[in-house]
Amino acid sequence: MSAPSVRAAPTERARLGAWSGAGLGIGVLWLSVLVLLPLAAVVAKGIGPGFWDAVTSHEALTAIRLTVVSALTVAAVNAVLGTLIAHVLVRDSFWGKRFVEALIDIPFALPTIVAGLVLLALYGQHSAIGIDWFATRRGVLVALLFVTLPFVVRTVQPVLLALDPEAEEAATSLGAAPFTTFRRIVLPAIAPAIASGSALAFGRAMGEYGSVLLISGGLPRASVASQYVFGQIEDDRYAQAAAVSTVLLLISVAVLAVLGVVQQRVARRG
Amino acid sequence: MVNTITDTPPVVAPPPVPATRTRRPRRRRLVRYLLRFVAVGYVAALVAMPVVVVTWRVIDQGWSVFWEAITAPEAIHAYKVTAQVAGCAVLINAVFGVGMAILLARYRFPGRTLLNVLIDVPISVSPIIVGLALVLAFGWTTGWFGSELQSAGIQVIFSMPGMVLATAFVSLPLVLREVLPVLEEEGIEQEQAARSLGANAPQRLWRITLPTIRWALAYGVVLTLARSVGEFGAVRVVSGDVTGQTQTLTLVVDQRAEQFEPGAYQLSVLLIAMSAICIVAISLIRPRGER
Repeated sequence: MSAPSVRAAPTERARLGAWSGAGLGIGVLWLSVLVLLPLAAVVAKGIGPGFWDAVTSHEALTAIRLTVVSALTVAAVNAVLGTLIAHVLVRDSFWGKRFVEALIDIPFALPTIVAGLVLLALYGQHSAIGIDWFATRRGVLVALLFVTLPFVVRTVQPVLLALDPEAEEAATSLGAAPFTTFRRIVLPAIAPAIASGSALAFGRAMGEYGSVLLISGGLPRASVASQYVFGQIEDDRYAQAAAVSTVLLLISVAVLAVLGVVQQRVARRG
Repeated sequence: MVNTITDTPPVVAPPPVPATRTRRPRRRRLVRYLLRFVAVGYVAALVAMPVVVVTWRVIDQGWSVFWEAITAPEAIHAYKVTAQVAGCAVLINAVFGVGMAILLARYRFPGRTLLNVLIDVPISVSPIIVGLALVLAFGWTTGWFGSELQSAGIQVIFSMPGMVLATAFVSLPLVLREVLPVLEEEGIEQEQAARSLGANAPQRLWRITLPTIRWALAYGVVLTLARSVGEFGAVRVVSGDVTGQTQTLTLVVDQRAEQFEPGAYQLSVLLIAMSAICIVAISLIRPRGER
């Protein structure tokens, strides 16, 4: 419907008037009161004299290490299996495909505590299939994989759909094996989408709480950082909670920034 | 870079031509089946089977157990609390999202790019940190503004306002991110035409802008609603989790699951049904918005 000419270019944007200026003021004030000031309060509380002791205590370190390792694993698994699922959903057709398509959205729509509960029914002590990963790191990983399933699939899918199949057909007709075609033709085009999907999955896994809670059983050996922070809040140790939270915020920001740079490079080269 | 064409033949194309003709399609089909098996198997093991097992157990325990669980006094109270909190959060984020999207799409001002980035911050913050942040800002004894709020007699933390703030925080960008691309795609021709024909600002908003973004807005509202009803960690921190007072539905599910009280599965199935309805609503809205 809309021709390229009616696209709002930056030059078409108007100057602020009295009403729009007031609206912007209210919006920015709301964002500051709700998001920016409270987050600043966490960092201000966290970076104090006790910061180093709070972050390097055995329990805190264990929780942070488990969280970072799990989040990196989740990002890697999603990069491979998420891409595979997106590829199958776009290029393959089989009975029940639409059902699988709908299942991908469930982790986004399902409350995290319910996600934890249903996973416990299959991978917990009273497992329906005899797999007991209750209070293990493997159980934590399953919960994190559940909640991050849609990220890579949903970022890669539209890029694959928009990809011109001609180049792939040409490669195939010239005798390239399926995997060679994928690696040489498809992968370079979808790499930025895989990277951004994995980055989103990593960020989500770093901060996940609800889905991990039940399957980890709250035991220190399988507790992620957000569970540790919650424990500190419950014990009124706000400085410790804020210190570990600050570390988590910093790690997330750093990794997202690095992936953003990588993604820009890949996009520019492609 | 190595040349693709000269690089590949030794790997896949052995000299006898008839052999490759029969072998390659078969191998390709095998690869396709293998990929399909892995993809479907992974989604089934991770998503479908757990949900089916819980639903099956609820059916197995019978209708009367289900009815008893979902009509328990704490559950009924939790429905009300959840509806109030989620309703407020959706309303706040719909107004904020549409207003901010219009400002970002139609106006230029210093800090516009920065604002666009900051709005996405809430999505990547852990719900527990969200709760902690609100406690350290608004708690009576713990917060930056605590003493002012206490002397004014306004309790935010451990009561409804804090739960609404926490829920609005975690779902802040969802409406805006759906509405903004539609506004940018649509351009300003219709709005300019309406203005030149004498329509004032509220008329332009009501007659031109809102009809343009209605499907995107509906989509964003459904996403916000699902996120708000399902919010758990942030609400757990700021609510105090008091049974029969500040418990949302997800907090009741957690309490029943952790203390092995009956009803966790039943209430979960209720929430699973809600998620399924949201997914169906989204799949109905999405194609209309794209048309």
